[in-house]
Amino acid sequence: MSLLEIENLSVHYGGIEALKNISFTVNAGEIVTLIGANGAGKSTTLKSISGLVSASGGTIKHNGEIISGLDTQQIVERGIVLVPEGRKVFSNLSVLENLKIGAYLRHDHAGVAADIERMYDLFPRLKERHWQMAGTLSGGEQQMLAVGRALMAKPQILMMDEPSLGLAPLIVRDIFSIIRKINEQGTTVLLIEQNANAALKVADRGYVLVTGEVMMSGAGHDLLTDKSVQDAYLGTSAH
Amino acid sequence: MTSTTIIQHILTGISLGGAYALIAIGYTLVYGILLLINFAHSDIFMMAGYFMVFAMAVMPWPIAIPLVIAVTIFLGVVIEKAAYKPLRAAPRMSIMISSIGVSYLLQNLATYLFSALPKGYPTISPLKRVFQIGSVSASLVTFLTPVLTLILVFILMYLINHTKLGMAMRAVSKDYDTAKLMGIKINQIISVTFVIGSAMAAIGSILYFTDRMSVTPFSGTLPGLKCFVAAVLGGIGSVPGAVLGGFIIGISETFLTAMGYSTYSDAFTFLLLILILIFRPTGLIGETVTDKV
Repeated sequence: MSLLEIENLSVHYGGIEALKNISFTVNAGEIVTLIGANGAGKSTTLKSISGLVSASGGTIKHNGEIISGLDTQQIVERGIVLVPEGRKVFSNLSVLENLKIGAYLRHDHAGVAADIERMYDLFPRLKERHWQMAGTLSGGEQQMLAVGRALMAKPQILMMDEPSLGLAPLIVRDIFSIIRKINEQGTTVLLIEQNANAALKVADRGYVLVTGEVMMSGAGHDLLTDKSVQDAYLGTSAH
Repeated sequence: MTSTTIIQHILTGISLGGAYALIAIGYTLVYGILLLINFAHSDIFMMAGYFMVFAMAVMPWPIAIPLVIAVTIFLGVVIEKAAYKPLRAAPRMSIMISSIGVSYLLQNLATYLFSALPKGYPTISPLKRVFQIGSVSASLVTFLTPVLTLILVFILMYLINHTKLGMAMRAVSKDYDTAKLMGIKINQIISVTFVIGSAMAAIGSILYFTDRMSVTPFSGTLPGLKCFVAAVLGGIGSVPGAVLGGFIIGISETFLTAMGYSTYSDAFTFLLLILILIFRPTGLIGETVTDKV
């Protein structure tokens, strides 16, 4: 049994079919990535797992139990936490408050305090700026904060929506090394990316989404070297 | 004007301003969370006036006051659940129109149930006791209103800025979806906002009507509009802004009346609204949040 099983998931926005019967699985301890172009349905997939958009068909199972139809809050309680696209830090809250609010459902004060220190170790920049309003941080720092905030919930599965979007290459490298580190510490990661190259390098397995359907799947390394994936997403083919 | 009468008018103005501030807080909090101008708020305030009339008919004021506050809170929360919650995903205009509908519903309901004739507002005798300080004399309610307002605002600011609940309120006011991803129950936070706003309106109503003698189904309309102006003047969404706006409008209205321009005092308030919207739409202390994308 996989940790997360998505079976024939469909989502409609009005009359438009954003996802057409997609199926994939995430096993405990893995980094799984969904890659695909803009509008392929990557964000919609994560949003429907989180309960932010409701599915029009199919099921989502966590530990074998059906979780489609639950409230976002219940999904978070089960340890499935999303880092949304575009960071979405609370710009009107301080850096420290952003971390604290990530632990909103936790009641172990000592544990939360210890985890805040852990986040400061993981992201030293956040410690320097802990009193600043999150809206004043740079894009890279906001991404660090968004990841830290999600980790404060002690997720079993961390879902990340385009963490490298709009960031400088050096910071993208940092973000991916942090993703690997988080995974090594025992958190399962479901990552979606337009930066397919970086995502496939870090991922155990990958799925290629094209206009709402899974077109291909395989080990990260295999997809990275696959001719058709290279042509379509990695921009490595000779013109 | 002698200095004594000036002090007297300042006192009256501050007192009126305090009541306005408490009502303005309801507008500003709901706007902060729902981006809704809750037109029904003025009528919740009016209904609180009627609740007090009926409560005081059968019980002493120490029991009547908490009961009236509780019933007003209940009314505010029910309105939110019935008229606003089903429209959560609808465009902002729909929910605003719904609030206008609720406003008229409450006014007509009050007219139907209590008739349009003014009902005498009960006297809470300790509030009417007259104090003499030097040559200035005023009733206790005049002294009490601004003090109580500041205490309540202080508690509210603490709640918003230093508690987990307040942090969740600020997060919800910024972004529903992301707040949900933190595990926050949006509807619960919105209900809390209506609880606070309605409680403040109930207290404001007791302080306001104690100086006014009577309640009619339309007693909420004009003070409600003025308090809305107060909230915009201070910067809608900001609690200190609403308080500042309430005091400015209360004091200027009192002075205009004292100088014999009572006919123009309402016009002045709305002129203030137009000027602030033209020259400083974010209000006197409304925040401009920096968002880096």
